[in-house]
Amino acid sequence: MPVRQREKPFGFPRPEAPHGEIVILEERCKGCGFCIEYCPHGVLVTAKKYNAKGYHPPEIVKAELCVNCGFCRMICPEFSIYAYEHRTGEKP
Amino acid sequence: MKADPRGVLTGSHYIDGDFACCEGALAAGCRFIAGYPITPSTEIVERFARRAPLVDGALFIQMEDELAASITIQGAVWAGKKAMTVTSGPGFSLMMEHIGLAAMTETPCVFVDVQRGGPSTGLPTLPGQGDMMQARWGSHGDYEIIALSPNSPQETFDLTIDAFNLSEQYRVPVMFMMDECVGHMMERVVIPAADKIEITPRRFTKLPPGEYLPFKPAEDLVPDMFKAGDGYRLHVTGLTHDFRGYPAMTPEVQEQLVHRLVNKIRLNAPKIWRYEETGVEDADVVVVTYGITSRVAVEAIDVARKKGIKVGMLRLVVVWPFPEPRIFELASRGKAMVVAEMNYGQVFYEVDRSARGKVPVILAGHGGGMVHNIEDIVNKIEEAHLCRS
Amino acid sequence: MSILNELQKASLSPGPDFHPDKHPMDDFLRMDRMPHIWCPTCGIGVSVNCFAKALEKCGTPLDEVVVVSGIGCTGRVAGYVKVDSFHTTHGRAIPFATGLKLANPKLKVVVISGDGDIIAIGGNHFINAARRNIDITVICVNNFNYAMTGGQVAPTTPEGAILSTSPFGNFEFPFNLPFLAESVGAVYVARWTSLHVYNQTNAMIEAMKKPGFSFIEIVAPCPTIFERQQKMGDGLDRLRWYCENSEIRTDAGTKEADIRLHDKMIVGKFVDVERPTYLDAMNTHYQERLGPKYKVYEG
Repeated sequence: MPVRQREKPFGFPRPEAPHGEIVILEERCKGCGFCIEYCPHGVLVTAKKYNAKGYHPPEIVKAELCVNCGFCRMICPEFSIYAYEHRTGEKP
Repeated sequence: MKADPRGVLTGSHYIDGDFACCEGALAAGCRFIAGYPITPSTEIVERFARRAPLVDGALFIQMEDELAASITIQGAVWAGKKAMTVTSGPGFSLMMEHIGLAAMTETPCVFVDVQRGGPSTGLPTLPGQGDMMQARWGSHGDYEIIALSPNSPQETFDLTIDAFNLSEQYRVPVMFMMDECVGHMMERVVIPAADKIEITPRRFTKLPPGEYLPFKPAEDLVPDMFKAGDGYRLHVTGLTHDFRGYPAMTPEVQEQLVHRLVNKIRLNAPKIWRYEETGVEDADVVVVTYGITSRVAVEAIDVARKKGIKVGMLRLVVVWPFPEPRIFELASRGKAMVVAEMNYGQVFYEVDRSARGKVPVILAGHGGGMVHNIEDIVNKIEEAHLCRS
Repeated sequence: MSILNELQKASLSPGPDFHPDKHPMDDFLRMDRMPHIWCPTCGIGVSVNCFAKALEKCGTPLDEVVVVSGIGCTGRVAGYVKVDSFHTTHGRAIPFATGLKLANPKLKVVVISGDGDIIAIGGNHFINAARRNIDITVICVNNFNYAMTGGQVAPTTPEGAILSTSPFGNFEFPFNLPFLAESVGAVYVARWTSLHVYNQTNAMIEAMKKPGFSFIEIVAPCPTIFERQQKMGDGLDRLRWYCENSEIRTDAGTKEADIRLHDKMIVGKFVDVERPTYLDAMNTHYQERLGPKYKVYEG
């Protein structure tokens, strides 16, 4: 198969993928690390700063890779992180 | 409000105390009974199991033990129904934790204890009156309940309706202390028409969700109630809680909450006391009694009067809260008191305490198994009469 | 009355001020009681999160949902969810839920409680409610010990575990909860872990929609007690362990679902059958026996 076709499948410049805006409610975080560990694209890392309770909340390092899969929101025990679909104005 | 005619078996019946209790519950609007079989109370639930499918909205379930029965009724109460459970001594002991829960969460429900010989398995088919103190103090912590004691099947019917009314009015679990004799004796019971029976409806709040606080008391120290499913979205817990129902485990909230739970009955006690007096106006000796023993005491008093002793009787209908001021009044006027009960001293200690040393108080008691002999009570009356001089 | 004035003064103000930013689930939670009491990396918060999502997807109006819990760490769930909730005595959440459901069959009653609460002290009620097929959903968060009281051995503790009442290791044989639930007649039995959040949520939705006694066991980490005593790290280490060692099987029988301390664990949906519920059976039966005299019980 010619290389050019593989670079642009279906003729579009890049496949459409959902993109999520992440909101971190840092004061609620208890530093469990679940969201950081299980984000499928590695968008989050542990921040160097800490919140008022002394825990290190997550920090976004690869914001463009978030696909709004929702896993971080579901696995957070403290209800302190979620993402929403910014482009379509989807309510979180 | 008037009773729902669908539950009232109007007419003149020849039934035993247990059946009368079931009919009284239905007349009072009870539509949910969770029970467990235990002699001598089983007939109450057997009757209800037969009546419930044919009364609109009534349901009977036999639970796997008394612990389940005593809390299933509380679930039914919070879903909006009036509920009752029945048991005897051993089951009553099992239900104690949940009586405490009902007192703490202020759940209106009725617990019927058809007393039998105790302690432990005791005498399942024979009467006793040995649970009277347990009705008051059985569960841990500070709380107050109301306890009633009928002495005939007719009175069982009437007082069961009163038990439900009191529990709704004060949002408190009510103990209905029958005994095996009253439960199994058959007498004429007249059930009036539904519109002659007054029942107290549940004090549901009129405030909308958001404004209503489930444990904020009204003027008479009793909060209004809500039921699950009405959109209030409130939390009810057995932990020490504040007005919102949220756990607040501090000494200050404990003081306010438990003090109110206790005062709810203590300060309203004058409206709750009920007793029947015969011949106390000129009495030297007053016999204090309740339940089936009172029927023997009536005879004993006749015999003693013929012997020349001026004796009267005070029959307790509401045993808890205890009518201390009346006992003190009678003690101040009289010369001696006799407490006739089928145990080795339970209400006796209350009478003795309430008399505050004014008069000697003598116990005419025995371990249960059969009702008193008339002579036993007469002998005690004579002893009391001699005591005073 | 002066007593009333004193009582009004004692009424507590709302909990500590919370961060003003909102989470989509905040409407479902009692935000005036947050933060909750569960330890960092505890799995109970994850289950509450999934439960909130499940309710949203289920579409049941929140006014009709009632949550009942017992005593213990998981028992505190009732205090944090903004629906009619009842925090009852130890082990007796299931009969309380039975009373609620039978008195008002329109309610959707969910029991969320811990392993010790549901299967130890509440064991008798669990098996009887399942036998009767009362239409409630039981979510049992299993952290293998009595955590709230400091970590005592429970009937679900795996063999060999070291806990405060088994300081030399547990020699008792634990319950296999899915096996037990199936054998007593539960119509829906599933086990998931705190890691399997989407599976958990879907299981909760299926269980709540299904008429009859549904049971979901959620294996959750207890970092402060169970994992620490067994030297298994914290909740995150335990989630990694679940990732490596839990096997999702759709064809497993519940008999094989034993949990051992260091062996692989089977998760998945084990049972999904149909059986008439208690009220259905009652109504059908009375209609047959009593004929037109019987009016169908609807609460």
